Amino acid sequence: MAAPKKGRSASAQSKPGRSLALILIAIVGLTAGMFATGQTTPRLGIDLAGGTSITLRAVTEPGQESAINKTNMDTAVEIMNRRVNGLGVSETEVQTQGAKNIIVNIPKGTNAKEARAQVGTTAKLYFRPVLVTEISGAAATPTPSPSPSASSSGGATDKATDKTTSSSSPSGTPSATSTTQGRAVTDALKADATPSTSASSSASPSASASSGSDAATSKLQAQYAALNCVNEKARAEAGKGAKPTDPTVACGKNSSGQWQKYILGPAEVDGTDVKKASAVFNTRTGAGWTVTMDFTSDGRKKFGDITGKLAKNQQPQNQFAIVLDGEVISDPSVSEALTGGNAEISGNFTQESSQSLANMLSYGALPLTFKEDSVTTVTAALGGEQLHAGLIAGAIGLALVVLYLFLYYRGLALVAVASLLVSAALTYVIMALLGPAIGFALNLPAVCGAIVAIGITADSFIVYFERVRDEIREGRSLRPAVERAWPRARRTIMVSDFVSFLAAAVLFVVTVGKVQGFAFTLGLTTLLDVVVVFLFTKPLLTILARSKFFGSGHSWSGLDPKRLGARPPLRRTRRPSAPVETKEA
Amino acid sequence: MSKLGNLGARLHRGEVGYDFVGNRKIWYGISILITITAIVGLAVRGLNMGIEFQGGAVFTTPAKTSASVSQAEKYAEEASGHDAIVQKLGNGSLRIQVAGIDTNKADQVSTELAKNLGVAEKDVTGELVGPSWGEQIANKAWQGLAIFLVLVVIYLAIAFEWRMAVAAFVALIHDITITVGIYALVGFEVTPGTVIGLLTILGYSLYDTVVVFDSLKEQTKDITKQTRWTYSDIANRSINSTLVRSVNTTVVALLPVAGLLFIGGGVLGAGMLNDISLSLFVGLAAGAYSSIFIATPLVADLKEREPQMKALKKRVLAKRAQAAAQGESPSASAAEEPLDDDHEDAAPAVVGPRDQPVSRSRGRGRPSGKRR
Repeated sequence: MAAPKKGRSASAQSKPGRSLALILIAIVGLTAGMFATGQTTPRLGIDLAGGTSITLRAVTEPGQESAINKTNMDTAVEIMNRRVNGLGVSETEVQTQGAKNIIVNIPKGTNAKEARAQVGTTAKLYFRPVLVTEISGAAATPTPSPSPSASSSGGATDKATDKTTSSSSPSGTPSATSTTQGRAVTDALKADATPSTSASSSASPSASASSGSDAATSKLQAQYAALNCVNEKARAEAGKGAKPTDPTVACGKNSSGQWQKYILGPAEVDGTDVKKASAVFNTRTGAGWTVTMDFTSDGRKKFGDITGKLAKNQQPQNQFAIVLDGEVISDPSVSEALTGGNAEISGNFTQESSQSLANMLSYGALPLTFKEDSVTTVTAALGGEQLHAGLIAGAIGLALVVLYLFLYYRGLALVAVASLLVSAALTYVIMALLGPAIGFALNLPAVCGAIVAIGITADSFIVYFERVRDEIREGRSLRPAVERAWPRARRTIMVSDFVSFLAAAVLFVVTVGKVQGFAFTLGLTTLLDVVVVFLFTKPLLTILARSKFFGSGHSWSGLDPKRLGARPPLRRTRRPSAPVETKEA
Repeated sequence: MSKLGNLGARLHRGEVGYDFVGNRKIWYGISILITITAIVGLAVRGLNMGIEFQGGAVFTTPAKTSASVSQAEKYAEEASGHDAIVQKLGNGSLRIQVAGIDTNKADQVSTELAKNLGVAEKDVTGELVGPSWGEQIANKAWQGLAIFLVLVVIYLAIAFEWRMAVAAFVALIHDITITVGIYALVGFEVTPGTVIGLLTILGYSLYDTVVVFDSLKEQTKDITKQTRWTYSDIANRSINSTLVRSVNTTVVALLPVAGLLFIGGGVLGAGMLNDISLSLFVGLAAGAYSSIFIATPLVADLKEREPQMKALKKRVLAKRAQAAAQGESPSASAAEEPLDDDHEDAAPAVVGPRDQPVSRSRGRGRPSGKRR
């Protein structure tokens, strides 16, 4: 809003060629990139391109028949949705069908196999108390009894952050298939901000597992003794078929890449009790990357109970293990009861490892087990002829736009149409590139949105052209008019594009699913609008203003002073509408 | 064309113009009427939610069904009275999704479909599906909308002023109400496409309003330093001077959408394309209308409650009365006339940093009332 700096517009004027060259290089470079990736068309959503449809059927587990209910199905849909459509731009659809089926529709061009693996993984996440643990591969000497009610003396709240026995025998090379990479074993669990009120005053921690029968216990002991986590097969077998209500054995990898084996108590908290987990860089305590968890109201109570109980125990029984599909992904120790409903896991995390743990905590747990029922290809939901007609209609509409622009702006329309073409080319190429990069796919609403974006993009030119024409009406010749009109047109364009971009940014951050995809498209086109107007339209007009055709105000240039009703120069300052034109340096 | 160009020039100089602000009561009235119709329509008819929101039924026909996708679509729509989404599966069977169907209705539709498609009834399986747009997505969309609106009002209040933020907000709600109302009245199905269409409108409506406000802000910068025009006069001028832009922009945005709506939709009958393009068409038109007829007059209304502006208005009116008493161009009410006739001493009155000295000397010395 400040008066335009003379020097600035002068310099902009002097180097229009540079801007044009820049944008040309950008287009050529991006196009080359597009051909290099081999993805020469934007990926289309399932409504436009069809794709793969996977039907998953919830499987009942013995004793858990009632688990298949609407709530759990909805939760599963939500989790799968986030797994396959994390960024929200890939146009994957997930919905329930009937009482126990979930349909996942994946648009063509997505890696269907990978997506199937993602949705199909029936991750089960549990928090189990650690009873025994040691580095696997070392001589197994399991001494302590697996009874969880052991050693519950009120004192000894060891604040150990560094726990877990010896670091002997670096056995076991990290297996690539492991999902637990980057797990930090020196995890410690802390109350997050809220001072933990150590409420549970050891009111008889009647730990549920209550040691079962002796037979079961010794069987577990034997399993544990035999378990060698370095062996991949043994790992897969470990704890297989264990019910959440029973103690079990499990493997996990610690931060130094060693396999560690565990005897774990019954599951105390379900993965579904975690409302949300996120990776946070904690600058306050200098703990580095940590993972914070929010629990549901149900989970809060359970978590408060278990931490209250564990905090009284000695190492390693003050730890609990976060078990995903039978594998321990983290085993933080507890120093106090955490009843605040949120908790923080700290340890030797990197950004990546904390992020991956947070993701697993947030999205890892499906409330149900699913079986792949059928996989089939589907055609586009929008019939071929619909799409065809739509394209024709859109083309006709665009032709009308061009016609209108030519009728109204004459020669100037060339600039507008060229700008639209540049804009379209950039949009197309970037969308094509984003397909492989982030799974971006276009659906029909997005295409329609892009058509409206034509209007918004054209508006920038129209604002500028009208300003230029106003300046000419003031009696200026074209070259100064083009420069003088720019600062104010620029401001108007920036202000209004900012509003559009704000809408896009907020919607992208807050929403999920298709709305997010839309927001992404909107933000992209808005940014490109600014780029095109600054780097293409304005410089092009500057250059054209030097040409004879435009500069002399040819009657077909759209800038003919006579047609615009310009005042003869002599009288040009007689402007009653002073407020309109007051602004100049 | 040259006529159009001239019109632009005359609008630019304020020689012609429509008194948008002066006639605002009429337009407020019209808008209120439309809004009430929309709300009544919404209340009475409700929205016809698509399968993505309310779930429905999925029918699967046996492998190698001979009917084409569009045929099946037609049959399903006839049988159910709802929009149908039809996909061909890998083995040649059809998956037909229809919104808003319960168990009883599903059996009936299934029977009818089997008959129309010429397959055995038992081969058509029907199952209810849940909404793919769960509450969560819808809630998040609302949440995002709310946050955006708050931010945009704050932004407009800072970049412009709170009155403009309020006016833009009102105009926005106006546009959305009308669009949603028309949806209810026409009975089109609300799909994610509709929601996205609405969000597009939101952005467009604000965009359009902001452009007009930008001009308004610029023109009213030094308003208190003159006594020629009231705030309303200048608001009106700024609408008129950006009118060409508004019209052009709207035409350019509406043409392709109209193409989709009338050519694409008209040829093929109702479908997803139509749903989206209708909401866009109505919304874009409403957005352009509201930024001119509602938002800006509303700003003028709000602004003239300010003591400063009241005082200005008083001064302006007094001056006009004085001028009238002296027998000079008496019109004090219509904005465009004084613009035309009295502009002789306008130049010194309205502050323009660069032009002022020049204009002042030129403006005086001239016989008044003559321009050409």
